[in-house]
Amino acid sequence: MKEPILGGIAQTTLDRSEPLLRPGNTNCGGCGMSIALQMLSRAAGPTPLQLVIPACCAIVTAGPYPYSAYGAPTVSSTFASAAAMASGLAHAARLNGEPTRVVCWAGDGGTYDIGMATVSAAAERNEDILFVCYDNEVYGNTGGQRSSATPYGAVTTTTPLGKDVPKKDIVGILAAHRIPYVATLSLAHLQDVQRKFLHALPLRGFRFLHLLSPCPTCWKSEPAEGIELVRLAVRCGLYPVQEIFDGRRVRINVEPDFDAGALARYFEGQGRFRKGVDLEHVRREIERNWEELRAAAGRQED
Amino acid sequence: MSLDLISANHAAATAAVLAGRANRSARGFGSGAYPITPQTECIELLCKQPIEKGHIVRVESEHSAMAACMGFSLAGARSFTASSSNGLAYMAENVFAAAFYRLPIVMMAVNRTLGPPWNIWVDHGDTLMLRDAGWLQLYCEDNQEVLDAILLAYRIAEDRRVLLPILVCQDAFVLSHTMMRTEVPEQALVDAFLPPLDLPHRLTDRPRTVGGLDFPHETEVHRRQMCAAMDAVPTVHREAQEAFAAVFGRRPADRVVPYRIDDAEVVLVSMGTTASTVRRAVDEARDRGVKAGGLRVHMFRPFPEDLLRVHLAGRRRVAVLDRNVCPGLGGILWAELRGCVGGDTLVQDYLIGLGGGDIRPEHLRSVLDDVQGRSRAGAPVHWEVES
Repeated sequence: MKEPILGGIAQTTLDRSEPLLRPGNTNCGGCGMSIALQMLSRAAGPTPLQLVIPACCAIVTAGPYPYSAYGAPTVSSTFASAAAMASGLAHAARLNGEPTRVVCWAGDGGTYDIGMATVSAAAERNEDILFVCYDNEVYGNTGGQRSSATPYGAVTTTTPLGKDVPKKDIVGILAAHRIPYVATLSLAHLQDVQRKFLHALPLRGFRFLHLLSPCPTCWKSEPAEGIELVRLAVRCGLYPVQEIFDGRRVRINVEPDFDAGALARYFEGQGRFRKGVDLEHVRREIERNWEELRAAAGRQED
Repeated sequence: MSLDLISANHAAATAAVLAGRANRSARGFGSGAYPITPQTECIELLCKQPIEKGHIVRVESEHSAMAACMGFSLAGARSFTASSSNGLAYMAENVFAAAFYRLPIVMMAVNRTLGPPWNIWVDHGDTLMLRDAGWLQLYCEDNQEVLDAILLAYRIAEDRRVLLPILVCQDAFVLSHTMMRTEVPEQALVDAFLPPLDLPHRLTDRPRTVGGLDFPHETEVHRRQMCAAMDAVPTVHREAQEAFAAVFGRRPADRVVPYRIDDAEVVLVSMGTTASTVRRAVDEARDRGVKAGGLRVHMFRPFPEDLLRVHLAGRRRVAVLDRNVCPGLGGILWAELRGCVGGDTLVQDYLIGLGGGDIRPEHLRSVLDDVQGRSRAGAPVHWEVES
């Protein structure tokens, strides 16, 4: 099975015999989550995985019973429950001397909103779970309603004039749990993504990966431009590519050039910002975020 | 076998630990635990017990407690939790999911009034809210029955003809915090009674999706299969009773438990601890020359329509004692039971002991007087008791 979208990384014998996301899945073209699943697939190699997926596009894409578009055993949890159900699986695995392999694959709704208490509790207990949030910044599965991950200015079906408050700082929230590993994933930096999956997979304890996941359907953007949009978000500083070890040691992985043109093109490239966004306001917010990020990253030597 | 003086909360935890240890040669035992009055003592004891090959996850909510149990169960472990009242309401989504996934989880529920306003006393409305969830429901009358029902529940739930979760219910405080002499079996006997769990659909390394999507026809088939599993319960329950008696030397309760019913013209039907008060009221009525009898519904799901038809056939009057109310309908036991009697039988509903009101023999005497004096049944009556 060839995996077509690996950013130029060749298929090798280390890859799984079949990909995690198989042909026949129902994801939209240009879905960022599809690419990330293939990256996870590659990083995991032959390691057995169990996926726990709450109500979201990622479980719909598995297809109707008895079919499964996933090349790994997968269980659907209720919307809020991914990290709790995964806790049971992870404990049972440890009781039976089986390796770390439980992966939660959840959208922003199942992470930032309805899943928040469950995710926080599992992080506090330091459960042996790799939790990946593919964040398309909207309730995409239900047709595009705002979540607490929706950014300032974005038009959704429930914020027709654009959202008037910024998105929740999920990376900061998870880091505050002092879990072993928190990292952000940029689909425009696939080697970095690969490295982070490879680092996170064998670790013990609660590991949290955040993916800015382009959603052409809800972002009103071109399917082919998703990766480029992520690249712009990284360049202008809007999406810091970073990792945080034990909730304390912060490392910046990609240095932005804070290009004003990149910032403008990121917003222009998406119809969801059609009501207009005060770019100067966004720029100041980015500046403040980076002051804090650099202070945090500078507090320690790697 | 030891004879211990323990509360029903501790009887439940003791049974769960025995059942959990009994699965040590297979995939172990796990629980998601969260406190709520009046169940808390149960999970406290659970968390204090050493369980070989067992983990208790101290979760942040009842919703997550059941989700963790589902994770354990999907991994092939035996699983248990306990809850009550608003905890069950908060858990409800995952209660349904556990049945849809055909997981043999056993949950102890202490029946408590739903709120707010907060009321911690007994009322069956919390578990009856879950009557359509696809779980078996057993309502217990004493501490021994709680312990026995939990062991029995694993045997039934894990039977391949059933594979459905089971709720074991007990009355708040009347049982949960009342100490009674309870026979606690040796681990070896429990090991003999409960074979290791081998869940046919447990998550292995084989790629497949549990959950995912159902189209209408798949849902039709899945629901039909759940109904067929419920239909198998009377047979499986009877076999489990026999096996239990062979191992432990006492026979667990039948699905419905009659009392002096053979020649009874008026029958008081109840669930839970009310049945012991019914027995006294029946005895007193018999002393007065009234041909009274009692009937306790022990297994509410699957609904024991077959046995109710047999026991209620030809009775002149039936008084249903509902310790619950469905506003806009009446008592839930009455609503389900009235289809099980012939047209000549007068069936009257009494909503009694709601919110934990103490049901005393004199209350049941007045209920008997009321039902004896009726020429036809009326709407459900709010039979308020002073507490």
